Amino acid sequence: MTWDQFFVTGDPLILASQIAIALTMVGLVVLVTYLKRWKWLWKEWFTTVDHKKIGIMYILAGVVMFFRGGVDGLMMKAQTSRPELEFLDAQHYDEVFTTHGVIMILFMAMPMLIGIMNVVIPLQIGARDVAFPKLNALSFWVFFVGAMLFNISFVIGGSPDAGWTAYFPLAGKEFTPGVGNNYYAIALQIAGIGTLATGVNFIVTILKMRAPGMTLMKMPMFTWTALVTNVIIVAAFPILTVALAFMTLDRLFGTHFFTVAAGGDPMLWLNLFWLWGHPEVYIVVLPAFGMFSEVISTFSRKNLYGYKSMVASIVGIAFLSMLVWVHHFYTMGNSGAVNSVFSITTMAIAIPTGVKIFNWLFTMRKGRIKFTNAMLWSLAFIPCFTIGGVTGVMLAMAAADYQYHNTMFLVAHFHYVLIPGVVFAVFAGLYYWWPKMFGFKLNEKIGYWHFWLFVIGFNVTFMPMFFVGLDGMSRRMFTYSASTGWGPLLGLSAIGALILAAGFAALCYNIYWSFRYASRDVGNDPWDARTLEWATASPPPHYNFAKVPEVSQLDEFWENKKAGITGLKKNEIEEIHMPSNSWTPLFMAVAFGIVGFFLVFEWFIPAAISAVLIVIGLILNSFDYDHGYHVSVEEVEETERKWRGDLK
Amino acid sequence: MSSQSTTPLEYQGQQNQMTILGFWIFLGAEIVLFSTLFASYFVLEHNTAGGPTGEELFMLKEVLIETFLLLTSSFTCGLAIHEMRNGNKRDTIVWLIVTLLLGLGFVYMEISEFIHYVHEGATIQTSGFLSGFFTLLGTHGLHVSLGIGWVTLLIIQMMKRGITPVTARKVFVASLYWHFLDVVWIFIFTFVYLKGMM
Ligand code: HEM
Ligand SMILES: [Cu+2]
Repeated sequence: MTWDQFFVTGDPLILASQIAIALTMVGLVVLVTYLKRWKWLWKEWFTTVDHKKIGIMYILAGVVMFFRGGVDGLMMKAQTSRPELEFLDAQHYDEVFTTHGVIMILFMAMPMLIGIMNVVIPLQIGARDVAFPKLNALSFWVFFVGAMLFNISFVIGGSPDAGWTAYFPLAGKEFTPGVGNNYYAIALQIAGIGTLATGVNFIVTILKMRAPGMTLMKMPMFTWTALVTNVIIVAAFPILTVALAFMTLDRLFGTHFFTVAAGGDPMLWLNLFWLWGHPEVYIVVLPAFGMFSEVISTFSRKNLYGYKSMVASIVGIAFLSMLVWVHHFYTMGNSGAVNSVFSITTMAIAIPTGVKIFNWLFTMRKGRIKFTNAMLWSLAFIPCFTIGGVTGVMLAMAAADYQYHNTMFLVAHFHYVLIPGVVFAVFAGLYYWWPKMFGFKLNEKIGYWHFWLFVIGFNVTFMPMFFVGLDGMSRRMFTYSASTGWGPLLGLSAIGALILAAGFAALCYNIYWSFRYASRDVGNDPWDARTLEWATASPPPHYNFAKVPEVSQLDEFWENKKAGITGLKKNEIEEIHMPSNSWTPLFMAVAFGIVGFFLVFEWFIPAAISAVLIVIGLILNSFDYDHGYHVSVEEVEETERKWRGDLK
Repeated sequence: MSSQSTTPLEYQGQQNQMTILGFWIFLGAEIVLFSTLFASYFVLEHNTAGGPTGEELFMLKEVLIETFLLLTSSFTCGLAIHEMRNGNKRDTIVWLIVTLLLGLGFVYMEISEFIHYVHEGATIQTSGFLSGFFTLLGTHGLHVSLGIGWVTLLIIQMMKRGITPVTARKVFVASLYWHFLDVVWIFIFTFVYLKGMM
């Protein structure tokens, strides 16, 4: 690689982004310096181990990545809005759909969900933090560094361009020689470390730190889904780790895992990728199911219908999710028997999913439903997601899939499950938990704009794709001739994308408006909700609960409200032990980022030298015997008085 | 921190218990990782692409010595934990050092084995089979080497601080890791070497 190849040149769109990125970075530095906020940033955010702040950083990163992924999506829609446009060329189009897919799933959906889990789970189980707060900070920072490494690819060195599935042999060195796919292999590896650590951390947190009396079957549904999701993470992410390691070795060191020559096997990549990839779709959709459960139950003012069957279906989905991966390549040379088995396992997943849909419907039945924004998203989710599920069952029939496979019909299917299943859920979760996180609500009126624009835009964008798909349009086509007759439907779809984008803009405006003008007087329980996170202040003090709550039933907080048991007695307050801040997570993550960057460019000596930084980080960490600090009774009393009034 | 004399030190206190549970879950992830490596190796095993096969390559004597070294180190690691439970700081450290030396011996033998193969013309780039072989064994060897570095740090801490709930927990967790690598090796020995030579 020569220096003039280092920065991507020659494309006006990319040049504009390079300038915009440079200006934004300089602008941010100037702004923080001008406001004299460096110390605050460092103390309150960069070195924090508080799960609530880490969660907020995850969500913020997720919103930014949503924007980036969304711009990629709009570019694709613009290019295909009319036949034979020349807005993007084939190469650029390939890059854009690749980064769109990776960013939306790994750097938007994952951090949004993990972020909300971070904020909510410890509060919901009555804990003061997660089991390993410092590891939690490390999870966030390595995710963030991985995401940034992936994102700079389009201005430095060139984007990956072999699709988010990166199938071999296309993704191998022979057919994709640039550094783009090195970015894919290495950035995802770095971010993956963080996800795996999150998995371990949350399993231990949920198993070991629940409030006294909260047995497994008394856990809120979101906690249940978080537990099962993290189990899937621990079971599935190591497979991705290995697959990416093989990819890295093939591309950087000339091994033959996935090559066609010298005894490699491209189908090995496909199997490993989907052995992780299918569970991954359930990793993102299960926590979303949990959030809908909380929201629907709260705003129907009823307890969740069929709690036990909900738990059973979550566990069932998790189990089945490991047994269906072959449905992604029915057409790639399996025997009929293999295809039949995987058809059946795939269709079987629709059963527990259907159980959940009916449970939500029965929860609402005869409930006194309040149509808040959070509830609207949950209501819209049910029909939209069902369309996704039903088309999934169509795809699950192996013989029929020869017709649908890799057409726009497939693309429409997974957007109909992922957008209602994940994005609607994240929106519902944000509107619902926003007052808990920040102490003010998002505006409900602007929220309606956000809701209607987004839901209408979503359907207008993706519904036509089913039909062009059935008409034979394959996925990832960068252009088409007018004689295909797809022009009008794709034009409609492009208009839908603009409406969708307007919906996102409404959300951003809502955040801005509410930050400036919304009432700060929301109390601890603005929605009259059911679970423990609503029993403490909004936003919660850094120690979460002055006194760890005791639980004897499901929805303890709700039952106590009905029975009139509230409040905190002065003599119940004790000293609280909390973990100290630490800069080693950030340091380690940056070290990973530097090593990763050098590896992307195959500069092995600088990579080896900077790997020393990682070792230093590990040693520092091993010798760190910080035992945290204590919050005094007086401080707790004062904080609690601020929102409770005088203590008894 | 509870002072019940029946609970081993490393299990005292909630944070210790959580760390040990967390480490078991991490080992679960490691099992998935090695299973994936094994499965991939089996897929590629016969794709020798004109290069050497396992039967032509593997050196039984060296591999047996490696196995002996690693299995013994697992035993001495167990002795270290036994001494630690008896509150015997000096003997704990001695057995840990013996464990490390055996581990170093293993890594040395493995590296020279690899160098030998490379001289025979069997490199990681030769064939799908050898890519799978070197990566599976290399990942295991890398784990052992990391373990050596880690236990060295723990020995220093134990010398400075003695046997406390925290140092005891750290050493205990490292011992779990060490035994785990031993188990992985038994699978490698059986399903890579013995199977390959048959
Ligand atoms: C009722 C349950 C579901 C069934 C039966 C189902 C079935 C399928 C099948 C058979 C395919 C492969 C089609 C082909 O390549 O020709 C597929 C692709 C896909 N599904 Fe589903 N699915 C279901 C639910 C979900 C959910 C809940 C998600 C995500 C939240 C999801 C995300 C995806 C994605 C991302 C792909 C395609 C990835 C790609 O090739 O790029 N599916 N689905
Ligand atoms: Cu799938």
